[in-house]
Amino acid sequence: MANVATQGSELRLRWRYLKDRLARHAVAIGGLGVIAAILLIFFYLFYIVIPLFLSAEIEAQQPLARPGTAESTLYDAIEEQGEIALRIATDGQIIFYDLSSGKVREQRQIKLPPDARLTAIAPVDEDKGLMAIGTDQGDVLVVRHSYKTSYPDDIRLITPQLTFPLGEEWIHVTDDGIDALAVRQNEDRVLIAVITSSGGLLIYPLNKTSSLFDDEITLEAGEIQDLNVPLSTFSLIMTPGMQWLYAASRDGRVAFYDIRRLENIVLNDVVKLTGPGKQLTALTLLSGGISLISGDSSGNIEQWFPVRDESNRYQLSKVRDFEKMGDAPISVIEAEKGRRGFLVADTDNHIGIYYATSGRHLLTHDLGAAVIKTLAIAPRANWLIAESEYGNILPFRIHNEHPEISWNALWGKVWYESYAEEDYVWQSSSASNDFEPKFSLVPLSFGTLKAAFYAMLFAMPLAIMGAIYTAYFMAPRMRGLVKPTVEVMEALPTVILGFLAGLWLAPIVESHLPGLFSILLLLPVVLITFAFLWSLAPAALRDSVPEGWQAALLMPVILLFGWLCISLSGPLELWLFDGSMPLWMDTELGISYDQRNALVVGLAMGFAVIPTIFSIAEDAIFSVPKHLSNGSLALGATPWQTLVRVVLPTASPGIFSSVMIGMGRAVGETMIVLMATGNTPVMDGSPFQGMRTLSANIAVEMPEAEVDSTHFRILFLAGLVLFMFTFIFNTLAELVRQRLREKYSSL
Amino acid sequence: MTELVKENNTGLRNKPDSTFSSWWKSGAPWVWLNAGAVSISILLVVGLLMLIAVRGLGHFWPAVVMESVYQPPGVPRQIVLGQITSKEEVSAARLRSAGLPIEGDAETYTRDLIKVGNRDLSGADFVYILEDWLGAPGFPSDALVVERREWGNLYGFLREVRHAGTVVAQGDAAWPAYQKALERSNRLFAEIRDIEKDEIGAVNYQMEKLRLETRRLQLDLEAEGKDPESVTGTSAYAEIQGKRSVLDTEYLTLQTRLNDLYQQINRDSYVVETSSGLLTEQSFAKAVRGYRPNEMSLLDKIIFYLSKLWEFVSDEPREANTEGGIFPAIFGTVMMVILMSIFVTPFGVVAALYLREYARQGWVTRTIRIAVNNLAGVPSIVYGVFGLGFFVYFLGGNIDQLFFPDALPAPTFGTPGMLWASLTLALLTLPVVIVATEEGLARIPRSLREASLALGATKAETLWRVVLPMSSPAMMTGLILAIARAAGEVAPLMLVGVVKLAPSLAIDGNSPFLHLDRKFMHLGFHIYDVGFQSPNVEAARPLVYATAFLLVLVIVALNLAAVRIRNHLREKYRALEH
Repeated sequence: MANVATQGSELRLRWRYLKDRLARHAVAIGGLGVIAAILLIFFYLFYIVIPLFLSAEIEAQQPLARPGTAESTLYDAIEEQGEIALRIATDGQIIFYDLSSGKVREQRQIKLPPDARLTAIAPVDEDKGLMAIGTDQGDVLVVRHSYKTSYPDDIRLITPQLTFPLGEEWIHVTDDGIDALAVRQNEDRVLIAVITSSGGLLIYPLNKTSSLFDDEITLEAGEIQDLNVPLSTFSLIMTPGMQWLYAASRDGRVAFYDIRRLENIVLNDVVKLTGPGKQLTALTLLSGGISLISGDSSGNIEQWFPVRDESNRYQLSKVRDFEKMGDAPISVIEAEKGRRGFLVADTDNHIGIYYATSGRHLLTHDLGAAVIKTLAIAPRANWLIAESEYGNILPFRIHNEHPEISWNALWGKVWYESYAEEDYVWQSSSASNDFEPKFSLVPLSFGTLKAAFYAMLFAMPLAIMGAIYTAYFMAPRMRGLVKPTVEVMEALPTVILGFLAGLWLAPIVESHLPGLFSILLLLPVVLITFAFLWSLAPAALRDSVPEGWQAALLMPVILLFGWLCISLSGPLELWLFDGSMPLWMDTELGISYDQRNALVVGLAMGFAVIPTIFSIAEDAIFSVPKHLSNGSLALGATPWQTLVRVVLPTASPGIFSSVMIGMGRAVGETMIVLMATGNTPVMDGSPFQGMRTLSANIAVEMPEAEVDSTHFRILFLAGLVLFMFTFIFNTLAELVRQRLREKYSSL
Repeated sequence: MTELVKENNTGLRNKPDSTFSSWWKSGAPWVWLNAGAVSISILLVVGLLMLIAVRGLGHFWPAVVMESVYQPPGVPRQIVLGQITSKEEVSAARLRSAGLPIEGDAETYTRDLIKVGNRDLSGADFVYILEDWLGAPGFPSDALVVERREWGNLYGFLREVRHAGTVVAQGDAAWPAYQKALERSNRLFAEIRDIEKDEIGAVNYQMEKLRLETRRLQLDLEAEGKDPESVTGTSAYAEIQGKRSVLDTEYLTLQTRLNDLYQQINRDSYVVETSSGLLTEQSFAKAVRGYRPNEMSLLDKIIFYLSKLWEFVSDEPREANTEGGIFPAIFGTVMMVILMSIFVTPFGVVAALYLREYARQGWVTRTIRIAVNNLAGVPSIVYGVFGLGFFVYFLGGNIDQLFFPDALPAPTFGTPGMLWASLTLALLTLPVVIVATEEGLARIPRSLREASLALGATKAETLWRVVLPMSSPAMMTGLILAIARAAGEVAPLMLVGVVKLAPSLAIDGNSPFLHLDRKFMHLGFHIYDVGFQSPNVEAARPLVYATAFLLVLVIVALNLAAVRIRNHLREKYRALEH
């Protein structure tokens, strides 16, 4: 019987120990799991951001022999999916072939004028596949290569198409041959510019008229102009908007024409792009139609674009140098489509990938022995073909998703297209495809710090002084009322503060600016005056307010003074500022006033930060051991002396950490800045101007950012920056606080 | 001088000095300045709460309707009929720069903002008028205010009530007839809404499910290497078609019933004469309520106020969220917070238990503690970014691939929604719960544990039977603080699931009843959206104040509760220690 009982209890005991062990493991796993989940945030943000800083990668594919015809190639291209490539040969053959196998999909012969060969090709509209070709007989034709995607049987089928949007008739421009060609068009006009084999530069406009009955376009020839170019040119570039025409000569000089008005074509300038003794070997227009990339005979690569100077004239200016691949002459530069990247080949058999805005040199690939004659890049910049002198076609797969970002593009001054100088700009997107995204985090970080600065300016004195009084002077009963009030203040949702700041406070501040400033400046004076008068008051009256209730006594004073200032604001404004202070500041001082500005944000966010600083600082001061202050008081120091000489030095690390934590909160606050500022990313320290902060920027742009795009990852980077920022502040504060705690326990 | 000495000898408290400089040196001014800082902070909080309360609660009170002649110089006189919304003093300079023909010498003018309604007739809900140009105000007792489902309020005088185009009541008889007809149309409207929202909604939901089922059959066939079009031959497909035809007939009957109801509701109309003398015929179908504020007694007004308040918390929003109630936002907030609590409590408590009871105390736990503390200070928008990237796109995207391939490419969980929002907020509030629970565990006297262990209990038993029950109030505090924080947080939600107008709630009558993939409305976001994205901010503003008041009320109540529990707890353990 006893035995059974022991056995039973032993079983139970074992079961209990098992449960104990199980609980131990479960809690350990759960606890560590939770902590790991928290750390995951950091690593996940990192994981999303890292690809921004990776270099490009290139994978060589199976080389192909020239498909279709052995004739030399004038032009190569790849369609969007990287499945089909296009080759235009000098004998007028147009060959579409499979990029993976080299198998010819379709081959067309363009009807050439008798005995003619193709000598020049120029893009008309690369997004639409519109190209112009020119012959050695002086004729020009516009062709279009396009690709139709269909899904018969759920398998993608891409069908190449070749069309002649301006008709199949050759346009005769000159009796000489065409050495170089530039053609652009808009709704009403086609503009052809050619360099003839005799060295002339001709401009030939054709007006478009479309018939009423069908979509057929007829071209009406305009007058051919000879520009009498002063150089012997080899390359011709016309911008897509038919604004500028560049004609380049081998010695590095470029004639820069303004062709906006055809009846008055102006030679703006002749600019030398290369250094002394160097030859210009390649010149290409970047996507967007503004920047030129030049390559010279010693491997230098530079970016140029027209910049407007003070007298409103356009100067072709050098914007940046790129890192050299080597000293060999640059042979080909090919611009990427849709973004500001380009590829470069030199005669030393290197291929390089560059990006203009970020100034990045992403990759150099050594081909061994093959001199590259042409390069072609797919619209998505993920396929590349390089064709060598001997007719080998070398396809490459490229991974280069985020070339736009470099340390300098994020944090340095960047010279953006159409800007007069280097600047910090955040402008992530626009309606147009030709837009150069501007991803400088500097204006956003500046806005973040500016908002935090004004908030701290307002919050720090109030919170710290309030904490000192509450912890050290205040009567315990009043303290019991004040502390919960501050806790309620801390819990107020920031969306409410932001809403009040934007819709209620901002208009009030704007219309009562003098009143507000008089409160800010005069309130301390008023308080001290009142205190002095109070000290002169009869003892009976003073005794009626117990020690430590001064704060309650001051409330009516503050209310009265505040009300007085606000109601006197209007007369004051009339008297001093002609009735409207913002207007007056604008006209007299040149300070423009934005209704939702840093002042409003400072007040609202200061309000949000006060309780954070207050609670921690109050805690630090209150937990200074009483025997320290009692000792000081016993030695005859006044309470104020004790506070300043004994209590505050002991509590100062705690106060410091409270400020740090408050700062961290101000930096990360989103809703208040989102609602109480105009959210314009300006870099202006004025309290009467708005700003855009990192956090508000994320809230505004994240819902619209395309997943995994550069913009998306940069917003994650902004999040990571915020994370690090607050993490540093908080860790600092936490370490100081722990140190303080140890110190107190030893006292 | 002697007096001063005497004072110095007797007065122990801050002594009155007759000279300013000696008073200054004593440090007293600094003490007063510090006291001032406290007063300012307290006044700011109290003032803010009062501002929100007054503006938020005042909105529902039926303000009197004023009628008067308004004649600015050089402009033909017009009659203004409406409710005064606000008054302000504006300087003449500002008015001149706004283009008003100010001729007088006065330096400031009183400007009123008057809600005149009739947006469909005059274009704007609100007008600014200068009191100087306003004639003596009258308060006609028969001035009618109609709240409508479209075009905002209507102000005017009731002239006729018509049934199917024929006049049934005129003059004094019109008002009772109007009330009767309005009651009828509101009843019909409720019926229509029931059918449209619940019954037709349910049919549509079933239809969509059938579509997805068909698609799943096709995907199965494809996986087996068969032609997906051959699905029409399967028995399962025939079954689906059968169900579909049943639903179709159901839909048709509902549709006919609905048409019938629409005909009925569109029968009645009323004619109102506006302040400019224009007669306008309005359908009862568009009217929500009509009242004559100038002849209401105090009791009437109170009843009206309460009914408006009830509408505010229980009804759905109308007119792009600028009118009506905020029930979906309250529901969304509450549900999101409940879900969040379900996620955050066990994890937070387990993590705290591990840190305090099981982990060996050393630099590792110290580091973890610092990290957890820091996470409480990480900006909430960062959690939003993380939630969007990790929960929505990564987890949600994969869940869709695995479990909801039939709905693709339309995402089910791979898009912001209730589940992801509550998970994100759970992560955000995790540090709060961990810190509070840990604090609670730390406060439990060692002697209690030792007693339990000495009696032979294992560690797990001690924890479960002694420590956890005693620290439950601390966990409660942590949870309440977490809820208070979550309820007020907006920035991360904007990325992970909040929308301005959710078509349906996350709980409804369609199985599986709980739809965590749906987007939801939220009080805080409602404030942001209506206050800043609304086309008619002026009209929406009172409602934003009311919403803000509700939110503040909830959060302050929660916080005060947490404070009370915490203080109570401290007292309790202080007693235990001795």
